[in-house]
Amino acid sequence: MSRNLPDRGAETNLRRDSAVSSPTTSAVPALEAREVSKTFAGEVRALDRVSLTVAKSETVVLVGESGCGKTTLLRLFNHLETPTEGRVFLHGKPIDESDPIPLRRHLGYVQQEGGLLPHWTVQRNVTLVPNLLGWSAERCRSRATELLGLVGLPIAEYGARYPRELSGGQRQRVAFARAVAADPEVILLDEPFGALDALTRLELQNEFLRLKGELEKTFLLVTHDLTEAFRLADRIAVMRGGELLRIATGEELREHPGDPYVERLLTLAGVFHG
Amino acid sequence: MVEVDRRRLRATAAALATTICLFAAAVPLSAETIVVGSKNFAESRFLGETFAQLLEARTDLEVERSLGLAGTEFCFEALRTGAIDIYPEYTGTGLVTILRREPLTSSPEALRAVRSEFLERWNQHWLGPLGFENAYEIAIPRSLAEERGIRTISELSLIAPELRASFGYEFLERPDGLPGLEETYGLRFKSVQGMQEALKYQAAGAGQIDVLDVYTTDGRLLVNDLVVLEDDRDFFPPYEAVPLVNGETLAEHPEIGTTLALLAGALDGETMRQINLRLQEAKESEIVVAHDLLRSLGLLEGTGAVEPGPGGLGGGIEIGAILRLTLEHLALSIGALALGVLIAVPLGLALVSRRRAAEGVIRVVGISQTIPSLALLGFLIPLLGVGVLPTIVALWLYSLFPILRNTYSGVRDADSQAVQAATALGMTESQVLRRVRLPLAVPTIMAGVRTAGVITVGTATLAAFIGAGGLGEPIIAGVQLLDTRRILSGAIPAALLALGVDATLGLLERVLKPRGLEA
Repeated sequence: MSRNLPDRGAETNLRRDSAVSSPTTSAVPALEAREVSKTFAGEVRALDRVSLTVAKSETVVLVGESGCGKTTLLRLFNHLETPTEGRVFLHGKPIDESDPIPLRRHLGYVQQEGGLLPHWTVQRNVTLVPNLLGWSAERCRSRATELLGLVGLPIAEYGARYPRELSGGQRQRVAFARAVAADPEVILLDEPFGALDALTRLELQNEFLRLKGELEKTFLLVTHDLTEAFRLADRIAVMRGGELLRIATGEELREHPGDPYVERLLTLAGVFHG
Repeated sequence: MVEVDRRRLRATAAALATTICLFAAAVPLSAETIVVGSKNFAESRFLGETFAQLLEARTDLEVERSLGLAGTEFCFEALRTGAIDIYPEYTGTGLVTILRREPLTSSPEALRAVRSEFLERWNQHWLGPLGFENAYEIAIPRSLAEERGIRTISELSLIAPELRASFGYEFLERPDGLPGLEETYGLRFKSVQGMQEALKYQAAGAGQIDVLDVYTTDGRLLVNDLVVLEDDRDFFPPYEAVPLVNGETLAEHPEIGTTLALLAGALDGETMRQINLRLQEAKESEIVVAHDLLRSLGLLEGTGAVEPGPGGLGGGIEIGAILRLTLEHLALSIGALALGVLIAVPLGLALVSRRRAAEGVIRVVGISQTIPSLALLGFLIPLLGVGVLPTIVALWLYSLFPILRNTYSGVRDADSQAVQAATALGMTESQVLRRVRLPLAVPTIMAGVRTAGVITVGTATLAAFIGAGGLGEPIIAGVQLLDTRRILSGAIPAALLALGVDATLGLLERVLKPRGLEA
């Protein structure tokens, strides 16, 4: 990843700018990272003093090349990673002060290629979290019926199937249904459409937008696809080399890329026309 | 709960119950039972069988046979630990191999020496000598002897550097065997190799070896045209054959002493040579030959002892006996395998969260695989005696490694996407282990169990060396007597058993493997 590093001073200013331009509602943000850094095994600095807030019911998309730290940042929020410095908050409460197990059960999570349990049926996969939470079998079943209907995989036809009997797109739908099963307020998505062919991806993106409208949830989504980011996001956070370069709405980014790297990225993606 | 449905659990429970029943059936020993042992060559087996038949005919005792134990050490340890009560031993062997004393040249002196010391140290009784000696001797083909004019071992030592020698494994090690012989006569052969007794005679007959150790009473000396060389320096100590009995057993059942006294002086060297010929060359069963001897001595008069059926396990091969041995073999194998699974699977699971220790533990268990099986059995005898227990322990040790290794790697490397998702959605570490990693590792674990199953069935033939029965009995007896039919009568069922066990475990794998995993 050889490239011309932008001037550090300018970058810091930009980060301050973005912090200022983020919506400053009086309400507590759903997610907040405050000056977090993460160093792996004393070597790679995966995150470098990143600050980010996601408001309730907002959809923020983290975008950047692979290795830029976007997935690490996402994984801080469900305690799969712990920051080396700085703190992370969920609904204003520091994450390091709560037990990670119940925390995770109250966060939706979708990963690339779904991560469905291959030895469980679709229905059982969907109700994984409700099951952990001790819901009754009956309640689990009616929830699965509702959710599988919502993602277009009627339980009568798909409930008893195993993941390997589904297409890639269907598996991601199940994974999405599973993520929202226990009705979490916040859903984290790590490259949810990354492994799908172009047509299926488009279809699922539309589906996502529909569900997003229906569900009124907070989404933090990671992708390396800028077009996807522009389609799905309320705000886009551009990351590079462990730093958050810019966070803004699509509109703002198009009008003021504000950073040569962001500008080049937008041009390459065909969403910015100078 | 592990992720298996009830139907699968029931199937597993049924399999386990069957195992335990088979296992229990394999160890039937009552208090009034005495066990007769023998070493693993024809004469010793025959003497053991003779003791057993005589005791059955003239006392009320139940007699178990544990014939063909793998050599002096195995027999003596078995007697000392109470695994057997009686076996035929030779005075010279007692003196030199067991007591590690200098050989004595006079027979009465040797008997007095072993009698008093065995009594004092282990409360073991040397009863009345049977009447013949069976010493080690050195033999060469008649043609070689005549060509080079050799009559004594001293003369042999002059041309030894040109000759290829082959000796029994025990002879190679015993102080009254090759080491002492080399020292006394300054012998140096061109080559020395260890060989199974029966094969040795065959090799000498075929001209592949020039020198071998033989027993005085061996009938094959006549058949293979071998000449015994004179021990002109009186190196070989006297070897009188004597029943050696555990003192506690004798105190409890004095009739053993009075009954076996009937055999004192009853077998001279010539009779024994003829008997050995019948056993070794005519391949008659020791059961039949022992019965003939006892009847000719008039010792079965008025006892109602029945003529043994044609063959028994000897010349003819009896389906019933093979079935019994197959069942024993299966019980030993499945018992050991079940124990292996019970220990290795939980151990493998425990290691997954202790990865630093894991490699070390797996390597140590791996070393157990490299211990030669006979060495392992020899090591276990002082601790566990002979019979079913040490056999199960040895087989269990061999079964551990494949199961442990596969459990560990299968669970550790289980579908990382699924594991990550399960963790991210709030499963605890132990929930991930039981609900995700373990079920996903079932195919890998079962592959390890199948490997262990085949190893166990194969290795269980060794059970015969320490008197635990099984299909190794006809195989080992067949090798000792060079009887191919007898070898095959054990080897073929053993091979079929291995295939059957593998197929059954394959079925079990299909039952246990979670649906949804690739076929």
